[in-house]
Amino acid sequence: MTEAGDQPGPGALEGVRVVELCDELGMFAGKLLADMGAEVVKVEPPEGDRTRTYPPFVDDEPGPERSLFFWHYNTSKAGVTLDLGAAADRERLRTLIDRADILLQSGEAGAELEYESLRETNEGLIMVTLSPFGRGMPREDEASTDLTILAGGGPVWNCGYDDHSLPPVRGGGNQGYHTASHYAVMSALVALLYRDETGQGQHIDVNAHAAANVTTEAGTYTWLVAQETVQRQTGRHAGVNPSMPSQVLCSDGRYVNTGIPPRRPESFGAVCEWLRTTGLAEEFLEFPLLEEGMRRERFDMSMLQQDEELMAIFGAGREAMNFLASRLTSYEFFTGGQERGFQIGIIYSPEEVLEDPHFIARGFPVEVEHPELERTVTYPGAPYQFEASPWRIRRRAPLLGEDNERVFAELAGDGG
Amino acid sequence: MPQALSHLRICDFTGQLAGAGATRFLAAFGAQVIRIEDPVNQGRWDILRGMPPYVDDRRGVEFGGPFNNHNVEKLGVTLNLRTERGKELLRELVKVSDVVAENFSAGVMERWGFGYEELQAIREDIIYVSNCGFGHRGPYRDFKTWGPIVQAVSGLTFSSGLPDQPPAGWGYSYMDHTGAYYMAIAILMALRHRNRKGEGQWVDLGCTEAGASLTGPAILDYTVNGRPLRRQGSPNSNRNQFPAMAPHGIYPSREEDTWVAISCREERDWRAFGEVTGEAWTQEGRFSDLRGRLVAEDALDELVAGWTRARGNFEAAALLQGAGIPATAVQRPQERIDQDPNTAAWGLWPTVKHRDMGDVRVDGLPVHFSETDWRMERGGPCLGEHNEEVFGGLLGLTSEEIASLTEEGVL
Repeated sequence: MTEAGDQPGPGALEGVRVVELCDELGMFAGKLLADMGAEVVKVEPPEGDRTRTYPPFVDDEPGPERSLFFWHYNTSKAGVTLDLGAAADRERLRTLIDRADILLQSGEAGAELEYESLRETNEGLIMVTLSPFGRGMPREDEASTDLTILAGGGPVWNCGYDDHSLPPVRGGGNQGYHTASHYAVMSALVALLYRDETGQGQHIDVNAHAAANVTTEAGTYTWLVAQETVQRQTGRHAGVNPSMPSQVLCSDGRYVNTGIPPRRPESFGAVCEWLRTTGLAEEFLEFPLLEEGMRRERFDMSMLQQDEELMAIFGAGREAMNFLASRLTSYEFFTGGQERGFQIGIIYSPEEVLEDPHFIARGFPVEVEHPELERTVTYPGAPYQFEASPWRIRRRAPLLGEDNERVFAELAGDGG
Repeated sequence: MPQALSHLRICDFTGQLAGAGATRFLAAFGAQVIRIEDPVNQGRWDILRGMPPYVDDRRGVEFGGPFNNHNVEKLGVTLNLRTERGKELLRELVKVSDVVAENFSAGVMERWGFGYEELQAIREDIIYVSNCGFGHRGPYRDFKTWGPIVQAVSGLTFSSGLPDQPPAGWGYSYMDHTGAYYMAIAILMALRHRNRKGEGQWVDLGCTEAGASLTGPAILDYTVNGRPLRRQGSPNSNRNQFPAMAPHGIYPSREEDTWVAISCREERDWRAFGEVTGEAWTQEGRFSDLRGRLVAEDALDELVAGWTRARGNFEAAALLQGAGIPATAVQRPQERIDQDPNTAAWGLWPTVKHRDMGDVRVDGLPVHFSETDWRMERGGPCLGEHNEEVFGGLLGLTSEEIASLTEEGVL
């Protein structure tokens, strides 16, 4: 495993100053910037951010320094507490913003801040506001959560099961918030590059409901282009027309995605070889059809309906993949198939990813020190590998008010 | 309105959505994105060129709806990299580009002689961002993926589902969209680094890692508390874990396959739910606090479903929203695209002009900038549509040269 502290070099955003006044909608944006080297100062109320009360907790014991939710979303940030009901602290916030390159805002704290007034004392400021429906939009007063953003915004309609008496499904992990945060970061960076050229800052309005709407692939463009409606299917793309199942339970009780079945002579050859190598060829009664597929000069999928033998061969290829999956462990099927050129996948649970040799070899699990607990904790690592200006968790999430002294002294030093 | 990125040029080898989505975002802010395609196989590096949906009965590489959607505002050129002259022209193009972006399988660019080292030899501060499922290094470097495989391996498919059912997964390539977002972020951050330090670099983006970084709290619950997401009764992703809420779910409404999503965030929402519905069971002692509602969540969900089943999904959502409770119909494409006042007011579905398809609506962007907002007017490029503009206007070839290179199969 890679030690987070060992990687040399400044992050790509070294020197970029960010003030974060965000609830759970936008706090991931702050993490994405902070892990790339931006100096993100997270502003919390004196009693602590609300997400410090979110589970899961260390050893299941609640406490402001024990929320793993808070830990994950606030790595590499500095933390200060301000009582925004008090004039002196509002002044401190203003000074912080005056010195900042980027202000990230979502939720109630700082909702009253107006860009026009902030730019009077910080012309280059880039202010990014994240909200569920966008500012000034018809539905802006509606209450929302990650669930309702994804359900009203399109993703949920696409996800679920072939059995439509079961409800459609929201994907786990607050991905509606993540998508809004991704757009916040992309946009802040565009504005930063523009400011590098012109010196000019600006305000950016990020709309989470709209972000979900444009993150639904065919569900959207099938309607936009052809006015047709896709229907959800178990574990695969929603479609106008049903497709064949693609998930199989392996011998170890885990599922795999069997991908696209063989449809080239060489992939039939690979399936034959795979069945022989695993000693399963004898048991697979349609083996001769696979050999026939191997001998065909080419495979014209557009002839499938007209060519009965081709149809039988194609069906046998699909069955062979399902058969192999059911008889092998998920990991054997995944690596055995991929090594033979099949685009197939093991369906890992999140924690299983950390134990996969590829993720370990690339240094994905990273160790982060929590000195006050005398613990080192394994975190998910870099989403991208920068050669010259690396991603790095610079410090665990801030303790409540941990950086007050340093940050306030710096503000005072600036005459703030 | 000025365009924020009009000073930048991207030499673009991306395709499908995982790559094309990244340069699409940059093009909407004015970056000159020059998409390079292969004339020999008629642009089929990108399978979406000919894929449905279609605007009418016409078929072929100029009529794929997804390709148009993912490539708005880009220029399209053809270049045959099997030829020496094609390679020369690419070198000239790289010389005047800030970024080379691609999402081929690992090793493809190297085989053509355009790996990072060669690119850097052409232009020292070039930024090279590669994007594939498992990245360019590591044991699975040669493994192949597309969206559903990335989602499977990264933990996202497993995280989406109901108890006692197989994984529901994502009914689309969530990680093609999101991989593209990470690719755009990588390009922009590398440009920022170049602005400050004068150096380019290679960014190796593996979409499975980007995906795995989106399940953080679940991972920490395992590494700190030893509690895996793979356990009895888990996951149930329509319920909420972090933080727990109840009721929280997707409930059936009156018409077949219509649904309403409801979240009661805290006690205030729950009390309001009781007042709006007027149902006696909401006053039962077992539901009086969150702990009780979580213990009896199956029974609670049945009762909530009894109330929602008697109503239309938009009607139920409006009643609850009127009391400040997060609730919404699970909107079908038509409902959120053509009937939702919010997407219309935002201007979320701009119409672009495609040379052969004509006017087509596409995905807009969920952001608005006060000074340099995005623009989408031009549809995805037809094959080689901008050869004249790029090889002539940018690289200085004459029309005659372009014509003869086209004849020779270089363009």
